[in-house]
Amino acid sequence: MKHWKTSALATAFVAIGASTAYAECGISEGRVSVVGNEFPAIQTVGAGAQACASGSVTVDTNLTADHQKINLAGMQGDPAEYTSAIIANSSIVALMNEDVIRPLDDLVAKHGGDLQKNQLITINGKIMAVAFMANAQHLMYRKDILADLGVEPPKTYEEMLDIAEMIRSKGIMENPVGGAYAAGWNLAQEFNNMFLGYGGSHFKPGTAEPSVNSEAGVNALNMMKALSGYMNPDFLTHDSNATNAEYRAGNIALLNMWGSRAATQTTTDGVTDAVKNGHAVAGPMTVGGGSTPASTLWWDGWTVAKNISDADAEATFLAMKNGIDPSILSDEETAKQAVWLIDGYQPTDAAVGVFEAAKMGTIPYPMLPYMGLMHTALGNELADFMQGKESAEQALADVEAAYITAAKEKGFLN
Amino acid sequence: MKHRTFFWFFLPTAIAMLLFIAAPIVSVLIQSVFAPHEAVLIEVENCTPLVGCTTETMIDQEATRDLREAQPLGRFVGLDIYLDRAHLAIEEVGQIWSTSETWGSFWSRIFNLPFYRAMSFTLTYTFVVTPALIVLGLMIALAVNSLHRHLKGLMIFFSLLPMIVTPIIGSLILFWMVDSRGVLGSALVSLAGDPNFSLKASTGLTWVMLIIYGIWSSAPFAFVVFYAGLQTLPRDTLEAAQIDGATRWQQVRYVIIPHLTPLVTFVALIQLMDNFRVLEPIIGFNASAHATSLSWIILNDLGGETRQLSSASANSVLTLIGVAILLSPVLVRTWQDFKRKT
Repeated sequence: MKHWKTSALATAFVAIGASTAYAECGISEGRVSVVGNEFPAIQTVGAGAQACASGSVTVDTNLTADHQKINLAGMQGDPAEYTSAIIANSSIVALMNEDVIRPLDDLVAKHGGDLQKNQLITINGKIMAVAFMANAQHLMYRKDILADLGVEPPKTYEEMLDIAEMIRSKGIMENPVGGAYAAGWNLAQEFNNMFLGYGGSHFKPGTAEPSVNSEAGVNALNMMKALSGYMNPDFLTHDSNATNAEYRAGNIALLNMWGSRAATQTTTDGVTDAVKNGHAVAGPMTVGGGSTPASTLWWDGWTVAKNISDADAEATFLAMKNGIDPSILSDEETAKQAVWLIDGYQPTDAAVGVFEAAKMGTIPYPMLPYMGLMHTALGNELADFMQGKESAEQALADVEAAYITAAKEKGFLN
Repeated sequence: MKHRTFFWFFLPTAIAMLLFIAAPIVSVLIQSVFAPHEAVLIEVENCTPLVGCTTETMIDQEATRDLREAQPLGRFVGLDIYLDRAHLAIEEVGQIWSTSETWGSFWSRIFNLPFYRAMSFTLTYTFVVTPALIVLGLMIALAVNSLHRHLKGLMIFFSLLPMIVTPIIGSLILFWMVDSRGVLGSALVSLAGDPNFSLKASTGLTWVMLIIYGIWSSAPFAFVVFYAGLQTLPRDTLEAAQIDGATRWQQVRYVIIPHLTPLVTFVALIQLMDNFRVLEPIIGFNASAHATSLSWIILNDLGGETRQLSSASANSVLTLIGVAILLSPVLVRTWQDFKRKT
């Protein structure tokens, strides 16, 4: 009986919610189907879009860590299965390459009056995506341990190495440095950070020809090798999740970590009190005397599929816009989930790192059609160097050879 | 059976095989000899949050669309994909051959190429795991078969557990146990007497771990097949051997094993095929820094931000050829046996 009551209540609640949302979203009819990553901020956006569902409007979301494996295939059909894909500056490229997303200029003109100008991702003069959050990797550290040693948080990777040596030699921690160095995407991303920090550029200007086998590349690898000396010996299997687990367990004191994870770093079960009280966030570090941070700047946003009817596109635009409605900022829980690029956002403590990254002039992750192939090549070929099996020059030569092979196949190089 | 009856009897199977086996293979073959069109690149101005506007390169969709419509399959590249560095790497191997002075440097440079690196692990894995799991499976089958009948059911259940556990879950569990802070990992650390000892950081030990996992997860399959075979063992032959004074080992060697030979062939066939396509343990153990396989490369081709369909197709075809080569000795032998009998 009690169960029946609650479910009836819930139904009534949903009905009210749907009808008010219907009024807010202003969609008369259409099909909305969203694919995207699954971290908390995106769940919030997905839930906001789903609130637009009504008798004549269907809203489905498929939020999964494997979104990149399905979004392109799901948008190539006509009509496309997914009417919107939530993407980042790296993954919009794959959708642009295959021409499956539509320019949003007319929809923004019609319905997007309250979007901020910096939310509009403009490519070749056309609005191709609406960004809702920013992200960057930056320093997280244990202020208690650094205070005990009487040192300031590191501003450069060289200082990070010095502090790591102090922590180790004092016997506080055996492996005080953390990093998402898992072979594959993560390792390649750490290389990108360090490489850009040393002033490197992945490609010869204006071409798809690689230029990672350079002084900057060798320096970047040597710095990564030096850092790995202060990491858990299993570092080549540690992705962001495993690195955070080490941090939460109090095993590491310094790490370069994603801003999107800053707010939840100490809220999970099993975080020791020392970590809870000692957790602190700072901007990204520089390296090798450079002024550009050894990090990359990211945004997450949503797109609208090309191969759908204009009515569905409009419904999708309105539903997704409802997903990033400024009202999510009034809920304390969702306001903390990300560095929102939404009107009225007030930076929280957890957002300091990302804002600092933007202020310091961090380079955005390259939005180039062939960057994905370079990232894959880096992820596959750098592990040999990190294990001491080959020289930095050899590893970078392998990266270039692997990239050139892939770029020839995809038609970027002859 | 009359030919006509056979035809109608076999037709549904034939159609299913054409649709689900032959057609995908043909499709993969076609995809592996075509590659995407050459991309027409243009410089454009992009504006993004926090950064402002920058000049970037992108694909000129208008120009590329005409190319795509004229030739939807892409450009024909023949065997280029098969021969490039990511696959058979003919040119690179030739270069290494002519510039290497010792065998050692020749092999270490060969194994730096993705295809050969994958093959070195895949073949080692296949040829260690397959015989070992057959021997282990046979030993478990013999042991369980000699148990009291009340115990048999329970023991069969426990012996089958590794096969019941989903491969990726099984490998994840073991992966956490051998972590340097895990149960097995810390035991190994204290055994090795080195606080920095890490199984996951060593290529050799990672291979050993993957191989042990492979034997552990596949032995139940061999066990079940051999155990079923043991139930059909002719009692009188075995009793005759016992009366002749054959020891337990001699009974196994001269009565049981010959009886099970066709089943050994069957298990060997299936397991050679399965082990050659090793994938789940590499993913589960996060071991791609130390060990890769052709299946892992296919997943990697398809899982990146930019999918490489032609490369993945070529790797699929190479896997098929590899399986065919591996199975050929067993198949030839089976065929000869068949001819001898008829």
